[in-house]
Amino acid sequence: MDAGFWILQFLNATQFSMLLFLLSIGLTVIFGLLHFVNLAHGALYMLGAYIGISAAAWTGSFWAALVLAPIAVTLIGAVLYFTLIDRLRSAGPMNQVLVTFGLIFVFIDLVRIGWGDVALGLNAPQVLSGATDLGIVSYPTYRLFLIGLGAMVMAILWIVLSKTQIGAMIRASVENEAMAKALGINVGELFFAVFCVGCALAGLAGVAAAPVLSATTGMGISILIPTLIVVVIGGLGSLEGAIVGSFIVGFIETFSAAILPGLAAILTYVLLAAVLVLRPRGLLPARA
Amino acid sequence: MRNKVATAALLAGLGLAGTAFAETKVGVILPYSGTYAALGNEITDGFNFALEEAGRTADFTIVQEDTEVKPPVGLAMARKLVLEDEVDVLVGVVSSGVLGAMRDFVDGAGVPLIVANAGNDGATGESCSPFITRVSFSNGQVNRPMGQWLFDQGVSKIYTLAPDYAAGHQMIAGITGAFEAAGGEIVGGEFTPFGQTSDFGPYLINAQSSGADAIYVFYAGGEAISFVKQYGSFGIDTPLYGSGFLTSPLYVAAEGEAAVGVTTGLHYVPTLDTPENVAFVEAFQAKYDRTPSEFAVQGYDAAKLLMGAVDAGATDRASLAEAIPQVSYTGPRGPLMIDPATNNIVQNIYVYETVMGDDGTLTQKVVDTIEAVQDAANGCEM
Repeated sequence: MDAGFWILQFLNATQFSMLLFLLSIGLTVIFGLLHFVNLAHGALYMLGAYIGISAAAWTGSFWAALVLAPIAVTLIGAVLYFTLIDRLRSAGPMNQVLVTFGLIFVFIDLVRIGWGDVALGLNAPQVLSGATDLGIVSYPTYRLFLIGLGAMVMAILWIVLSKTQIGAMIRASVENEAMAKALGINVGELFFAVFCVGCALAGLAGVAAAPVLSATTGMGISILIPTLIVVVIGGLGSLEGAIVGSFIVGFIETFSAAILPGLAAILTYVLLAAVLVLRPRGLLPARA
Repeated sequence: MRNKVATAALLAGLGLAGTAFAETKVGVILPYSGTYAALGNEITDGFNFALEEAGRTADFTIVQEDTEVKPPVGLAMARKLVLEDEVDVLVGVVSSGVLGAMRDFVDGAGVPLIVANAGNDGATGESCSPFITRVSFSNGQVNRPMGQWLFDQGVSKIYTLAPDYAAGHQMIAGITGAFEAAGGEIVGGEFTPFGQTSDFGPYLINAQSSGADAIYVFYAGGEAISFVKQYGSFGIDTPLYGSGFLTSPLYVAAEGEAAVGVTTGLHYVPTLDTPENVAFVEAFQAKYDRTPSEFAVQGYDAAKLLMGAVDAGATDRASLAEAIPQVSYTGPRGPLMIDPATNNIVQNIYVYETVMGDDGTLTQKVVDTIEAVQDAANGCEM
């Protein structure tokens, strides 16, 4: 295990963390703002991958797919918002979990009808295929792109949330919804906008992950578990929590797979249990 | 109107012709939902294709049930088909877990079962049954021949990877035992969490730095696509070998260029240049507009065995159970027969390389054939 080995595993961990971040930020902000547990988030990620693959086939361009898939997933999210989610907001967490968990299976069957049961792949565009020489090691170019994409989204969200008026309104609404309403913030519209951004990011994560992983009907459920762990460890509703949680889970999963493969499957759960016992509200909860 | 009358008359005629034979009732028991739904559909297509090709769809009444890849559901469906539908024979079973759950019931009820996929070594080993005939493969059978073959190619050290479940362990045990017996060395290996691993990067880097001459893996379906693509993107120079499911024609297109040069062993390759296979592939493509996979051939051969048994005069459960293992013939995958000691198939294993065809699509080049691979009895007593 030389320096190159550690650098490669570090990059692997960073890349996986970025993917987790793209998914968990949408889930956590929707929860923080709407107090809504949207388990169908994983299904939106799956739809992003499948729609992206079709969009790339129709347009012949990966970049078009990278734009079209998040838009399509946002539209699906908007329909869900008005038909189910808005109505379920006061229904209590148990009903929300049941309905959105059921939605996962509805979407899985829709994908099976639309795209079939055989797993699909998406090719990275020519400029991003192959490996880039980083001096000591060479690393797949597309994975470097994923790291860059995640970092960019992270930076934009951080600036919007901490430096702009909209960000201040969102933070105020998370902190105290009634007070925000009293101050004249249109909380309903704000919630809808945030929900759409969360859906778009899930779609973006799906289409961006497709060239590395493969699109299968099981992908939405299998990614949901690490994403929920990220959200719980980081603290519900906060951007910083999602960032920290993604990196903790991404690094633990990658390095345990590389060094202690026998423990790879359980280490994150041990950490989850420890956080739930010691800091039940997560490491960086949104409400102080 | 006249047409309708004519059609009705024709249908009635067909019905009469159908009743002239003793119909055999077949329970097709396969996953049509869940992880293995694609395999269930492939096997069904292959099975139906064989009946249609022979013009004998009218001789068989088919009842389909979905096992959902859940052992309890598989058992419930087997009971339903046997007790309620009173089928003469069962065909199917993709998952070895489902086969394990059904085994005692099928054996006890004395209903012949033609296994069209499930590769668990034990099913034709210590828990074999005179009623269970396997026409697909066993996990060990597909991988064992690759041990000597790899060593003969000058590979002396390998690193292995497979998902952490029963089939993964049996596939890897098949290769490691044979490779060490040939004189090779296993320098390392890992079993990755099944169904939870989407990023193989950490494992690939480990394999690369293990000092092995070659990486030998078993992955299938979505995991195979992810694995091969990621192997390609890392530009790893250690050559990749494996069990042939890794680059199955069913999903090799999704793996893209990364699959080029990957060499694997399997019991069927669609580019086999035999008259039987060329004719089969052509006819299958004409009907379904795709290349048949090994799964389609397993379904096809299951139907061939069944028709062969009926031709030999078998009519009920007992006579079918006796006649099915007696059938041997040369089909798309070459000569096949059933080993009387275990009721497992004896067949050729083909070593094939995935190559880029002239038309820009991936295809298979057969580089070697290991003939008539037969499993040891492994504790089977009929």
